[in-house]
Amino acid sequence: MTPIGRSVDVVVVGAGPAGLTAARALARDRSVLVLDREVEAGGIPRHSDHLGYGVRDLWRVTSGPAYARRLVASALEAGAEIATETAVTGWAGERTLEVTSPRGRTTVTGGAVLLATGARERPRPARLVPGDRPAGVLTTGLLQNLVHGLHVSPGRRAVVVGAELVSWSAVLTLRRAGCTTVLMTTEHDRGESYAAFRGPARLALRVPVATRTAVVRVVGRDRVEGVELHNLRTGRRAMVECDTVVFTGDWIPDHELVRLGGIDLDPATKGPRVDPALRTSRPGVFAAGNLVHPVDTADVAALDGRHVADHVRQWLDTGTAPGTGARIVALDPFRWVAPSLLTPGSPAPARRRLLLWADGPRPTPRVVARQDGREVGRRTLPWPVAPGRVFRVPWSLLDDADPRGGDVTIGLR
Amino acid sequence: MTTVDVAVVGGGIVGCAVARELSGRRLTVALLEARGDIGDVTSKANTAILHTGFDAAPGTLESRLVRRGYDLLWAYAGPAGIPVERVGAVLVAWDDEQLAALPRLRAKAVANGYEHGALIDAADVYRRLPQLGAGALGGLVIPDESIVCSWTSALAFATEAVHRGASLLLRHRVTAIEAGTNTTVLRTDRGDVTARWVVNAAGLGADILDRLLGHDRFTVVPRRGELIVFDKLARPLVDHIVLPVPTARGKGVLVSPTIYGNVMLGPTSQNIADRTDTATTGTGLEFLLATGRALMPRLLDEEVTATYAGLRAATEHDDYVVDVDPAQRYVLLGGIRSTGLTASMALAEHVVELLAEQGVDVSRRDDLPPVPRMPNVGEAFLRPFADAERIAADPEYGRLVCFCERVSRGEVRDALTSTIPPGDLDGLRRRTRVLMGRCQGFYCGAEVSRLLGAAAAAEGG
Repeated sequence: MTPIGRSVDVVVVGAGPAGLTAARALARDRSVLVLDREVEAGGIPRHSDHLGYGVRDLWRVTSGPAYARRLVASALEAGAEIATETAVTGWAGERTLEVTSPRGRTTVTGGAVLLATGARERPRPARLVPGDRPAGVLTTGLLQNLVHGLHVSPGRRAVVVGAELVSWSAVLTLRRAGCTTVLMTTEHDRGESYAAFRGPARLALRVPVATRTAVVRVVGRDRVEGVELHNLRTGRRAMVECDTVVFTGDWIPDHELVRLGGIDLDPATKGPRVDPALRTSRPGVFAAGNLVHPVDTADVAALDGRHVADHVRQWLDTGTAPGTGARIVALDPFRWVAPSLLTPGSPAPARRRLLLWADGPRPTPRVVARQDGREVGRRTLPWPVAPGRVFRVPWSLLDDADPRGGDVTIGLR
Repeated sequence: MTTVDVAVVGGGIVGCAVARELSGRRLTVALLEARGDIGDVTSKANTAILHTGFDAAPGTLESRLVRRGYDLLWAYAGPAGIPVERVGAVLVAWDDEQLAALPRLRAKAVANGYEHGALIDAADVYRRLPQLGAGALGGLVIPDESIVCSWTSALAFATEAVHRGASLLLRHRVTAIEAGTNTTVLRTDRGDVTARWVVNAAGLGADILDRLLGHDRFTVVPRRGELIVFDKLARPLVDHIVLPVPTARGKGVLVSPTIYGNVMLGPTSQNIADRTDTATTGTGLEFLLATGRALMPRLLDEEVTATYAGLRAATEHDDYVVDVDPAQRYVLLGGIRSTGLTASMALAEHVVELLAEQGVDVSRRDDLPPVPRMPNVGEAFLRPFADAERIAADPEYGRLVCFCERVSRGEVRDALTSTIPPGDLDGLRRRTRVLMGRCQGFYCGAEVSRLLGAAAAAEGG
């Protein structure tokens, strides 16, 4: 039996941008305990030592580590308590968590629980890339931990699998560690990332990008010696010599607590299904950040945290849960939409945006929402749909959708 | 080095078991392993099933030793802390040919001395395996088939052997053998080892070693088996080992819970030429996924945690190739294929009998140290992260370093300071489960490397 521990108004699981921002907003008038399994709070930005953080939430451009420090400091200043080296391993009740830390094995109970456990990149085995299993096969997360945390050089010649925002982040980290990226590969028609990275970065970093290309085999007994590429246009295969392979992107939410708790999962995001107030199917349990939308930028995750705070407070004051609603379903070329539940009387989502992830590009998207056989909204948007980044749609698209109706689908004309 | 009574060549599960058994007798023992760790080749990449031996060929040595080894390993697992679970197996028939084969398999089990096999109808199959794909016609239940941690088993054997005084000689690859009148000299890349008796437990290399002694009686054909390990969140889908019905077309693919709380799908079966080629293949993985989709469709919705390939030491013979050459004072344990994990302790016992027949003094020592208690890595048993008392006594067991597998810094420390410490990340993974989980090092890879590096630096290595 796990010894029974303390109770607080709000337990936040995960001290990344979403969890820390929510903690800061709630700690002004509630007791807030943030649990994080890492030695240091701050989440993924801690190891992304380049600029690009804080634009939308802090109105400034800063580096990942500086951004993480700032979020931690703000949460602490507001009165939140942050317990690091504290791993949540399961549930002991509706809003009671089982917790392991050097201080002991215990439980923590919240009037509300906010899950902000983020997302990780699928590693090579999950992508079923066959071949040998040598050293030198990494994800961006592992790469950045090795370089920034351990000051280890990963190798001399790297192939980066993926050409999206995080992939360029990997290239920057590799360069800093003295490792040349000899090739980036993407299965899409072109490499995709933000304009700030795209043109200048490609020039400055001089990294060739092989489009419509899949890595289909890893070669090397002890250390990576190369990867085999498959050109999806021509069907041709070729070897590229390298001693390091970094698998980037291909995100999956860290949803273990959602699954262990029997909380409804959205099969498209593989995160918890939430309504616009970021409420899960379990009353008083909320979810925010990249656990819900794998993945958007850190600042958008942080703004989720700010958004969810009001709804957590409302739950603590009134104890009302949303009940059921209409599911929001993404249609091709979209892979997922978040939030994916329209509940009666729900507010608008964070930043009044629906977030969608696409598997293929569309330069001039005309977005259509349908429900029960009729069109309930349409928008022609001036920004393109592109794979490897979130596509944002104004929430007003669903103004005429009925929370008590059938599934609401969102697709393109 | 002084002359030892017995040199055991091969630090896989069988060699470790033999070294353990012989070092419990009035014999000096050296265990030679070519690689940097024990259990590093075939023993680390098997299906880790503790077999009842129900489907062995009746009357063979393999049948007898699997049956005996099953009991011995179960009995040893308790005191040694080797995780083992009696999950039971269901052989599922998917067509009339397979359905007709089930009663014959049950009769074969009886011929192998296993009486508890039971035929069940399709409804009963689905009651036991609700997530099984459609189309099952019936089944044969083998309630005693079990899953076990093969790594902990090999490590426990080797650790106990060392505690009993055996010399563990890692990175000693045997390159030549000279059998003299009273002793045999084993030439290795790290110097010579002289022994009165030699036991060949060299697994994939057993035929090569056998030829170094002038024999020509079998050839190992590595049989590669690729496996897919699914996320622990898939574990509720499968509570029993789901076995295919062996037919003329081969043994087929199984689905099984693992001792670490995952679900395993595999193996493929492909004879290859290269004894070191443990690469997975696109065709192999695709075949497994297609098979898995039919066996258990919902399994395919779960994330894959690992893929790997192991090599079984298959030969042209239908049984283990076990023999004694009295003139060379040489015992061969050849062709010990995937059942070797189950049979390991019985093979060791068998070696003692063979040596006794040759007049070797195999009387037991009365000064044996206690059985070592191995750290538990089994998901079904209390692990340090969930052990309030243990964390209270030593906070390092509450300081998790690998989050996916919930491995504490205390466990890593213990492994690094154990009798047979790991030589690399892979060895640390086998001993503690670090890096075995779904993130494959995304979060903890750097920190685990740091801990291992710090330990190596402290050793001056």
